[in-house]
Amino acid sequence: MYQIIRQILKTGIKTETPPQPDHALRVDGQQLQEKILRHIGRALAIRHVDAGSCNGCELEIHALNNAYYNIEGLGIKFVASPRHADMLLVTGPVSRHMETALKRTYDAMPEPRLVVAVGDCGCTGGIFSSANSPGGENYASCGKISNVIPVDVAIPGCPPTPVALLQGILAAVSVSTKSENT
Amino acid sequence: MKLEEFTSRFNKLPGAMPIWHGIVDVAQFRSLCEQVKHDGGKLVALWGSDESASGAGYALHVALVTAAGMLCLTLPVSAERPAYPDISDLFPGAGRMQRAVVDLLGLHATGADDQRKWLRHGSWPGNAHPLRKNFDGNSVSKTETDAYPFITVSGDGVHEIPVGPVHAGTIEPGHFRFSIIGDRVLRLEERLGYKHKGIEKRFESMTLEQGAKLAGRISGDSTVAYAWAYAQAVESVTATAPPPRALALRAVLLELERIHNHLGDLGYLGNDVALSFGFSQFWILKEDVLRLNGELFGHRYLMDRVVPGGVACDLDHRDIERMLQLFDHLEQEIRILKDIYDEHAGAQDRFLTTGRVTPDLAAQLGLTGLPGRASGQAWDMRAQFPCTPYDQLEVRMATHRNGDVAARVIVRFEEVMESLRLIRLILAELPAGALRATVTAAPEHALGIGWVEGWRGEILVALHTGKNNGIHRLHPHDPSWQNWPVLEHAIIGNIVPDFPLINKSFNLSYCGVDL
Ligand code: SF4
Repeated sequence: MYQIIRQILKTGIKTETPPQPDHALRVDGQQLQEKILRHIGRALAIRHVDAGSCNGCELEIHALNNAYYNIEGLGIKFVASPRHADMLLVTGPVSRHMETALKRTYDAMPEPRLVVAVGDCGCTGGIFSSANSPGGENYASCGKISNVIPVDVAIPGCPPTPVALLQGILAAVSVSTKSENT
Repeated sequence: MKLEEFTSRFNKLPGAMPIWHGIVDVAQFRSLCEQVKHDGGKLVALWGSDESASGAGYALHVALVTAAGMLCLTLPVSAERPAYPDISDLFPGAGRMQRAVVDLLGLHATGADDQRKWLRHGSWPGNAHPLRKNFDGNSVSKTETDAYPFITVSGDGVHEIPVGPVHAGTIEPGHFRFSIIGDRVLRLEERLGYKHKGIEKRFESMTLEQGAKLAGRISGDSTVAYAWAYAQAVESVTATAPPPRALALRAVLLELERIHNHLGDLGYLGNDVALSFGFSQFWILKEDVLRLNGELFGHRYLMDRVVPGGVACDLDHRDIERMLQLFDHLEQEIRILKDIYDEHAGAQDRFLTTGRVTPDLAAQLGLTGLPGRASGQAWDMRAQFPCTPYDQLEVRMATHRNGDVAARVIVRFEEVMESLRLIRLILAELPAGALRATVTAAPEHALGIGWVEGWRGEILVALHTGKNNGIHRLHPHDPSWQNWPVLEHAIIGNIVPDFPLINKSFNLSYCGVDL
C-alpha cells in the first residue's frame, strides 16, 4: 500500500487542458438543435461500437481514458449499455456482418441521441473501399457509417488522435458556433 | 519424401527468412504434415487460391515450421473436385482455417469433423465464394439470416449466456456463448467473422505498391509487424535487399510496437483485477511511448513507416538521445510497478491458476506466440530464425510453464524489458547509409512470404504475384487463428467473471482473423 501511495504522489497530476470543440467536423445539414444540446450539456454518456475497424481507432479511444486526456474528468463517460448512452461513437467501415448489431444498438438508445463517426474508415469507408465504389460498399462492407445510421459529427484521421477525438466529441455536444457568437 | 530432405529438394525462397517452397501431391502433402507434427513442428498458416486463369483449377497452401525453418507446401486442387485432405486431426488450429477456405473459395477438407461455415454469416450465399476470380468483389447480395448451429450443452442446471457481438467495453466485436452451471463455465463457443470486410479480395485489386498501406491496417495494433511481413514478401519476389540502416530501424519500430502493446495490456490486466492504479500508471507510460513515436516518427502507432524496400523514417542523434532518456524512465517505473504487481495479494490471487493452459495442452492444440511462451511453447522467431538485425542481438526468449494469467503477465514484463534492451543495442550500433532500396516490378506467378514475430506472435504474409506488378492473391495470417480455439479451453472450469481477465491476458485479434 505504502509503495502504491508513494508512486501516486510521485506521478502527480498528468491531466492536460482539454482542446476546444472543432465545429468544422460537423456534418452539414445535420446540425443539432440547440435545445437538444443544452439538454445533454456536458455530462455525456458514450457507447462505443466497433463496426469493422482495424482496431487502430480503438487504440486512440482507449487513450482518451489515460491520465493525460482524462476524459472522465470532463464529465464524459463510456457506458456499457446503449440504453444509458447519449452518444454513439462508431469506428470502422460498417461490415455487413455488423450492420444489424449497429442498427440495433442505435435503436436501443433513448432520444435525443448523437452519432459520431470515427476515422477515415468511418467517414468514407477508407482504405477498405475501392475507388469504384464511392460509398465504400462491397460484398462484405456497407462502407461509411452514414450509409447505415445518421451521423452528426465525422472525425477523420487514421486513426484520429485523442485530441481530434475530443474536439469532435465536444463539437457534437456544444451549441453551434452561430448561436454561441450571438 | 522424408521431412529432412525438404531443404535440399524444395526451392528456397529468396529473402530474409529461411523458407522453402514445394509443389506436392496429395500423398506427399499428408505425409509431410504428419512428419512435421511428429517432429514437434507446427502449422503457421493455411490458405487457398484460385488458379483457373492459368487453367490449373485451385491450390491449397500450408506454411509449416520445423527446427530447420519454414516449409510451404502447395497442393494443386482440381476444379471438378475441389477437395484436399483434412489436417485438423494433426493441427487442431487448422479447423477454422479450413472452414474459412470453404467460405471464401469453396475448397473442402475431406474428412474434417466440423463442416460448419466460419467467416460467412449472411452477407453472401453459401454457393458463392468471394475469393474466386469470377466473383465481383463490389457486388452486394441480399442478406440472409446467419442461423449458425451452435453446439448446445444439456443437463440439469446447465444454462447459456450469449455475449456480443457488441461487448460492454471498447472492444472488437465477436460472439461468445457460455454454457455454465452455477458460476462455472462448462463450455465456451466463439463465433467470429463479424468484422469480415473483404480485405483479401481488396488486395487483389491492388498493385504491390498500393498493398503496403492496406497491409499496415489488417490489425492496427500490429501495423509494424504486418507492414514488415508484407515488405519481406515484396522484397522476396523482387529480389530487393533493404539497406542495413532500414533493417535496424524496422526492428526499433517493431520493438516499440511490442512495448506499447504490452504496457497497455499490463495496465488493463491490473484494471481487470480491480487494481485501477495499474491502469493509470501503465497507460501514462504507454502514452509517453506513443507521444515519442509521434514526435520522432510522425505517427503514434508507426503506421506506414515500414515500406517495401526499407523505411520511411529516420533518427538523428538528438532523437536517439530522446528515446534513451525515455527508456531510462520507463525501465525505472516498470521495475517499481512490477514489484507492486508481484506483491499485491489481491491481484496475484486473481492472476494465479486462472485460465490455465498446461504445456501439454498447449502443444497439442498448437498454442503460439505470447500465450504459447507462457505455456512452455518455446518459439520466438527473433531467437530461432533471427533476421537482420536480430541475428546480432542474441534475443532472450521469455518462457514460463504455468500457463495461467500470472504467467502471461510475467512474459509481458520480461518481453518489455528485453525490447528495451534490444533497442538500446540496436541504437548503439545503428548503421549509417540509405533508408530505402529501389523496388523493381515483380514477375508474375511468384510467391513471396514474409514472417515476423509481432507482439502477439508470428505474423505471416503470403503473396502470390499477378500481372503488371499486381497482387494475384494475398493471405495475411494472424497468430490469433491458432489461439482463439485454445481460449475456449483456457476458460473451462473457471468462473464467468474471470472471462474478461483471461480474455485480456490472451488479447487476441478479431480483425486479424475476420479479414
Ligand atoms: S481509420 Fe485507420 S486506424 Fe481507423 S479503422 Fe480505419 S484504417 Fe484503422
